[in-house]
Amino acid sequence: MKARIHITLKSGVLDPQGKAIENALSGLGFGGIGNVRQGKYIELEIAEADAARARQKLDDMCRKLLANTVIENYAIEVAP
Amino acid sequence: MHAVKSAIVVFPGTNREHDAVAALRAAGGREPIMVWHRESEIPEVDLIVVPGGFSYGDYLRSGAMAAHSPIVRAIVERAKRGVAVIGICNGFQVLTEAGLLPGALMRNAGLKFVCRDVHLRVENAQTVFTAAYAQGQVIRAPVAHNDGNYFADAATLERLEGEGRVAFRYATPEGELSDGANPNGSARHIAGVFNATKTVLGLMPHPENASDPLHGGTDGLGLFQGLARALV
Repeated sequence: MKARIHITLKSGVLDPQGKAIENALSGLGFGGIGNVRQGKYIELEIAEADAARARQKLDDMCRKLLANTVIENYAIEVAP
Repeated sequence: MHAVKSAIVVFPGTNREHDAVAALRAAGGREPIMVWHRESEIPEVDLIVVPGGFSYGDYLRSGAMAAHSPIVRAIVERAKRGVAVIGICNGFQVLTEAGLLPGALMRNAGLKFVCRDVHLRVENAQTVFTAAYAQGQVIRAPVAHNDGNYFADAATLERLEGEGRVAFRYATPEGELSDGANPNGSARHIAGVFNATKTVLGLMPHPENASDPLHGGTDGLGLFQGLARALV
């Protein structure tokens, strides 16, 4: 089963990189840009046929290593 | 006479371990024991040092990979028994990722690697790490990091302040707090924090690199001398 994990900074956490990207986009003439947030995307294969069990394991992985829950949120997608 | 026994933990990518050795020697400690990350046990020591560098290339997040290595589990165990642990720069990042210290070290607010001397105000001189300093004393030491922007939620910051767990703050040479004196945007100008028992310290600046006249200053040596006196 394939899993996709998006890791993003929590809303209260400043994202200086997102800010810099936002400024660069404005500099290039792209108007109406706001709230740029940079995150991480991780994909992996998990040897697990049951989606619920896969999700549970992935959740554990996110909490233990993939995300730092002091500053980051994560979202898990699984696809057969 | 007893002399402080220390272990210095080395990961792939650690690069300040010999600076820590030199500072501990200068402070009169015993020759530190170098412990490679693959080992799962820490020798019986009074002090464990997690030095600076770029453990595991800072992959995923600074300190994240190292924090889950077997040797760090051994450090956590030892810290829970009250053994003094100091994490410097990348070592601070490792200790926060391992959950021994609260908060996280984020990308510098200015998005640049900052490598220069800073001034630090000693916020709590009543610990084994800071006993050689006076309360409110300002010391000078270098920083060299990309991810030193201390973050913790408001409740955690309040708790740290209330419990005297802020060790050092970035300040002007006169000891004033200002955004200009804060090299990385750290919350409340925090440069270093203690755990609840004040036996674990993490800090971004490098006191070991302000420990020899050839460094241009020796303000950092007091930290190691204080430890050498307090831990024997």
